[in-house]
Amino acid sequence: MTEPRSELHRLLLSGEFVVTAELETTDSADPASVTTLAEALRGKVDAVNCTDNSSSHTHIAPMAAAHLLLDSGVEPVMQFACRDRNRLALQADLLGAAALGVRNVLLMTGDDVTAGDHPEAKPLFDIDSVHLLRIARIMRDEGRYLSGRPLTQPPSFLIGAVENPFAPPLEFRPMRLGKKVEAGAEFFQTQICFNLEKMRLFMARCGELGLLDHVWVLAGVFIPRSGRATRYLRDQVPGIDVPDWVIQRMDVGPPEAQQRTGIEIALELVDAVRQIPGISGVHLMTIHNEDAILTLVEEAGLLPRPSGVRQPVA
Amino acid sequence: MGRARLDRRPPQTSPAPGGFRKVLLLVERSTKEAVWDCRMCGQCILHSTGLSCPMRCPKSLRNGPCGGVLQDGSCEVVPEMRCVWVAAWEGSRKLPLWRHHMEHVERPTDWRLQETSSWENLLTRRDHHVPDGWVPAKERP
Repeated sequence: MTEPRSELHRLLLSGEFVVTAELETTDSADPASVTTLAEALRGKVDAVNCTDNSSSHTHIAPMAAAHLLLDSGVEPVMQFACRDRNRLALQADLLGAAALGVRNVLLMTGDDVTAGDHPEAKPLFDIDSVHLLRIARIMRDEGRYLSGRPLTQPPSFLIGAVENPFAPPLEFRPMRLGKKVEAGAEFFQTQICFNLEKMRLFMARCGELGLLDHVWVLAGVFIPRSGRATRYLRDQVPGIDVPDWVIQRMDVGPPEAQQRTGIEIALELVDAVRQIPGISGVHLMTIHNEDAILTLVEEAGLLPRPSGVRQPVA
Repeated sequence: MGRARLDRRPPQTSPAPGGFRKVLLLVERSTKEAVWDCRMCGQCILHSTGLSCPMRCPKSLRNGPCGGVLQDGSCEVVPEMRCVWVAAWEGSRKLPLWRHHMEHVERPTDWRLQETSSWENLLTRRDHHVPDGWVPAKERP
């Protein structure tokens, strides 16, 4: 029996359908900016992602956000992108995060700097996500840095990765998931899923390749707030497949009606992905629409969470 | 040629290119730049990536595409360019001997080899260098 490395890991091992959510990015030096969001999500989801300068816009450091989540009794999934740090800094932060009590990490390549508010910046991309996954495994399982130098105490965390089943080359995407599994990924969160057909094909192919016996896949579900926000997602965020039916449904009615439609679309998607073999949970995302996450988990029958409400540390 | 650059390769490789090595570098650069838009990373894996140079990817990805590839297969950073990895996938299907290399995990880039000849590095096995930690525990001496 595998010893769980985190609460999220324990739930995945027990076969529970897990729910994770993305923490709204904050641009405040006030810790309450994070803890208020954390308190709203506590007990409603199993773990919360701290993004790493998402969409290449600068925000509060994921290391700090993860620490504040832990203080609030919420389990963090700390994201690491390869855009802003080289292999030295990434390893230093993996070790530091583990020392602070972070038990889930999510390792990715990251958007290019040209997508963000500092397009003049030097993009690092010293290593890629596959390398970083392998390096995290070397640190954890072999107690060494990439250089081979030994660690005094290796970190213990569940290692996650991302995959986008909706972007070309579609045929290669399952193999890419396979490469990440080989490199060291133990769970996946997918890009936002609207196109169920592509998701089913992707999961079926991963199954044929024998990959799903080794990893858990959490489907990314976005809760749209308005027709306009959904268009933004389609036109401004690279790699997201937003079919026309989503836009058509979201465009109908006044803002309040659109907000409700968004929750209904997300509910339908959650129900649909639950039926796909190999999907072990959902990862919920919004843009300035945190309350929708609470409504969604309630109405989707995902409450109460088995992890329950944990007491804040502080 | 003649561009002054800091040679950060390990000591055994530091002498400045001269004679045969200079010619090798010149021939490699002129042919591969013309044919594959080669970026002279000095650790060529073109045959493993369907003859689509992975260093043309704005993120220098050597293990496959990022998640930002646009729906029409173009690059998220340079939308007028076709994703290097979409081309790599298609190219690799036409190379029966190496197509399975697309599934290989490629080692981290050795940035010291930038702008050096990958042919020379292949002959001298300099492109075989991997950090000690990358070597699987069971294969370590």
